[in-house]
Amino acid sequence: MTEAVAPPGAPTQAGPPVRRGRATAGAGRLAALLVSPTLLVLTVVVLYPTLMALKESLYGAKGLDPATGFISDTEPFVGLGNYAEIFGEAGARFWNAFWNTTFFTVVTVGLETVIGVAMALIMHRAFRGRALVRAGILVPWAVPTAISGLLWRWIFNSDGVANALLGQQILWTTEGFHAKVAVIVAEVWKTAPFIGLLVLAGLQVIPREVYEAARMDGARPVRQFWHITLPLVKPALLVAVLFRCMDALRMFDLPYILVGAQKHSVETLSMLAQNEASNVRFGPASAYAVILFLYVFLIALAFVRLLGTDLAGGAPGARRRGKEVAA
Amino acid sequence: MTRTVEWRRWLSYAGIAAVVAYCLAPFYWMLVSSLRRTSDIFDTSLVPSPLSFENYRAVFDPVQGFGRALLNSLFVAGITTVLALVLATFTAYAMARLEFRGKRLILTLIIATSMFPVVSIVVPLLKLFTDIGWINTYQSMIVPSMSFALPLAVWNLTTFFRQMPDELEHAAMVDGCTRGQAFRKVIVPLAAPGIFTTAIITFIAAWNEFLIALSMTNKPGMQTATVAISKFTGATTYETPFGSQMAAGVLVTVPLVVMVLLFQRRIVAGLTAGAAK
Repeated sequence: MTEAVAPPGAPTQAGPPVRRGRATAGAGRLAALLVSPTLLVLTVVVLYPTLMALKESLYGAKGLDPATGFISDTEPFVGLGNYAEIFGEAGARFWNAFWNTTFFTVVTVGLETVIGVAMALIMHRAFRGRALVRAGILVPWAVPTAISGLLWRWIFNSDGVANALLGQQILWTTEGFHAKVAVIVAEVWKTAPFIGLLVLAGLQVIPREVYEAARMDGARPVRQFWHITLPLVKPALLVAVLFRCMDALRMFDLPYILVGAQKHSVETLSMLAQNEASNVRFGPASAYAVILFLYVFLIALAFVRLLGTDLAGGAPGARRRGKEVAA
Repeated sequence: MTRTVEWRRWLSYAGIAAVVAYCLAPFYWMLVSSLRRTSDIFDTSLVPSPLSFENYRAVFDPVQGFGRALLNSLFVAGITTVLALVLATFTAYAMARLEFRGKRLILTLIIATSMFPVVSIVVPLLKLFTDIGWINTYQSMIVPSMSFALPLAVWNLTTFFRQMPDELEHAAMVDGCTRGQAFRKVIVPLAAPGIFTTAIITFIAAWNEFLIALSMTNKPGMQTATVAISKFTGATTYETPFGSQMAAGVLVTVPLVVMVLLFQRRIVAGLTAGAAK
């Protein structure tokens, strides 16, 4: 891969310049030098904690040692005990959190995708005031999730504006299905515009001629959408959906603030793990974190299979799109 | 024919209005509520009357310690952004410009970390930081924040560097610069807009962080703004101080909204460059 073309730094006055994008001798060394700080930091802040979590998940909590009756200072090794627990007594809370996480991910990402695509189609048509619209749809993205949790908690207050508009007296932020609804509404508000933005970027690179050809063949708008727009925008959409899924699976701030910690109806895996850790039960907390990690990993893997390519590669056409959407 | 065109144009304007209203209405409600008096906080009129800054005064009551929380947020997010940018600039340059073995794998790994559930690193780090006495320190918030800030910055900068023509640095090298000099004197200045955009996006992500800051602090004086607001207490135990929460929410969000308004074109470019593939 890295054949030598010219010595590094040597002035190449004679002859044709170095071939574009090709490696020079020492490029590998320079790359190693440039990339290693990042890799080192990520090793320290991601890889090391992950390995620690794996190890920690095999240990129990400090407490009474059943053999001696004394309080032990060290955490007993329990092997896969923490993992086995999810099928035992403590399992109910875990499975509830697991299904909440899955439910939130499926429902919010589904709604976001539909609303986001609709928004992108609307925005794609608009010619004037595009800057205003773009700034507007960036606002929900820029509002910190924690603040949007408070904001929606206020909207969903028993005397709040949601009930006033609906003419209802629903206690949204108490336990129950309506608490789930509140979380979903707030989450979709924050992220649907973002999907819209990414889909819009995908829409804007579809050549006009394709539609003209379709129109001449007599395809009506609905057909055009299903047979042209959707297939062509699919790669952008799939990446957007993948990122949203990863994000929804680790949902924490919104249900934590909107409804509260340790609420059965909305507790997610992230909330459960954080709650266990803050109660110094690091073993089970780590086990839950590891399970969440594996869950996220499996979903990501499924997506990569679906996409057929790796997400990181630099496909030649991909580079300029950001620019075009900005124009 | 012209009538349908006219009709369609109005329909698309109505659609745009609906999209903007959907995005802005809740934010507007936060703004309006923050400007009401405590006594008419449950009012549902669209404009607050009388206008009152009572909630803003309450936020800056020294009891809440909100000023300190804002400074904490600024410091943690600022340092995180600077560190991430410095490291990411080098890495992104290598990713965009150099050919070397394992490049794709490395880039994939870096991006994969950005999808990592934060709680999986918070739990073990919480234990570690408890053991070494780092709880309630800035580094206990900055270090874990690098886990999402750094991949985000690398990803953004890589796409920016790729957009710049290769000829620039070749020309510099022909003129006698080494690769390092070409990078420092030609690429970095030209990439400044990209670096700036990446800085904004990274800063917003770090500023919005909640889980790490919540877990790593228990002293009010060390909490960041997002955590502090969520813990505001009212005059009585059973009352949620919605007015001051909304006012504080506005204060935390407005800097970001201003950035978004000023640099929306660049931010959109930065956000979509990588994803819209």
